[in-house]
Amino acid sequence: MVKLRYEIEGGNFDLAGGASSQVKKVLKQLNIDPVLIKKIVVAMYEGEVNIVAHAYKGQIEVQIFPDRVEMKLTDEGPGIPDVEAAMKEGFSTASQRVREMGFGAGMGLPNMKKNTDELRIETEVGKGTTLIMTKYLAYE
Amino acid sequence: MELTKIIGLINGRVVSGDIKGKYIEKGFCSDLMSDVLTIDTDTILLITGMANMQTVRTAEMADIHAIILVRNKKATPEMIALASESGIVIVETPFSAYKTCGVLYLEGLKPVY
Ligand SMILES: Nc1ncnc2c1ncn2[C@@H]1O[C@H](COP(=O)(O)OP(=O)(O)OP(=O)(O)O)[C@@H](O)[C@H]1O
Ligand SMILES: [Mg+2]
Repeated sequence: MVKLRYEIEGGNFDLAGGASSQVKKVLKQLNIDPVLIKKIVVAMYEGEVNIVAHAYKGQIEVQIFPDRVEMKLTDEGPGIPDVEAAMKEGFSTASQRVREMGFGAGMGLPNMKKNTDELRIETEVGKGTTLIMTKYLAYE
Repeated sequence: MELTKIIGLINGRVVSGDIKGKYIEKGFCSDLMSDVLTIDTDTILLITGMANMQTVRTAEMADIHAIILVRNKKATPEMIALASESGIVIVETPFSAYKTCGVLYLEGLKPVY
């Protein structure tokens, strides 16, 4: 089992994606199917950008098992008041600044769900959000 | 379509990556990176007016090997460094997004949708 851990800085769009990029390199080295790698890193990158765009700071923990990859994204931030609404395509509270960076279409969370097998969101308004995503390697 | 042909058609200037032998099947035009990230197709050409680090990161994650920056948007040195590291081609064109897409579509570059 491989375990990776990254600290994510809120608001810093120059660094966003650095963790996902590292994970992609590791998954490639492990010879995982490129189709699955793309799904995993796209989901992780969306999550990483969400921390940068919507929270103050966070951590990403990735565990690579023989049969699955688990990603746990934890942040200190405003939390998500209505998760069901946030999961809908097009729902976004992104700031003007985030939109100017090419984000804020409200497609991130639905895309994370599409690209992974399990997505769990635990969130507390005013405290932060934890997102757990699992992708199984054996199927598809 | 050969990437070299694409670059010729749009008066493109290559600022990063090796274009030799690269073949592009389909094109997609958007300034919304999370829109780009929903595409399952590989070997697409990304045509965009969004020139920042996240444009390159998005391409890296989505296995996109070529980016066209329209309307003379310039790739920053940081973007070029990151793109080179991942073998991503960046091309700058004086054409607008509309004209770039129009020209390439007429020449037979297929759309994703
Ligand atoms: N980590 C988070 N902390 C606080 N709010 C969040 C977080 N992640 C998502 N949200 C909320 O859920 C909304 C939808 O998220 P989603 O990723 O789908 O879209 P977006 O980030 O606004 O835009 P896009 O992902 O298309 O660039 C966000 O606008 C925000 O209100
Ligand atoms: Mg998002």
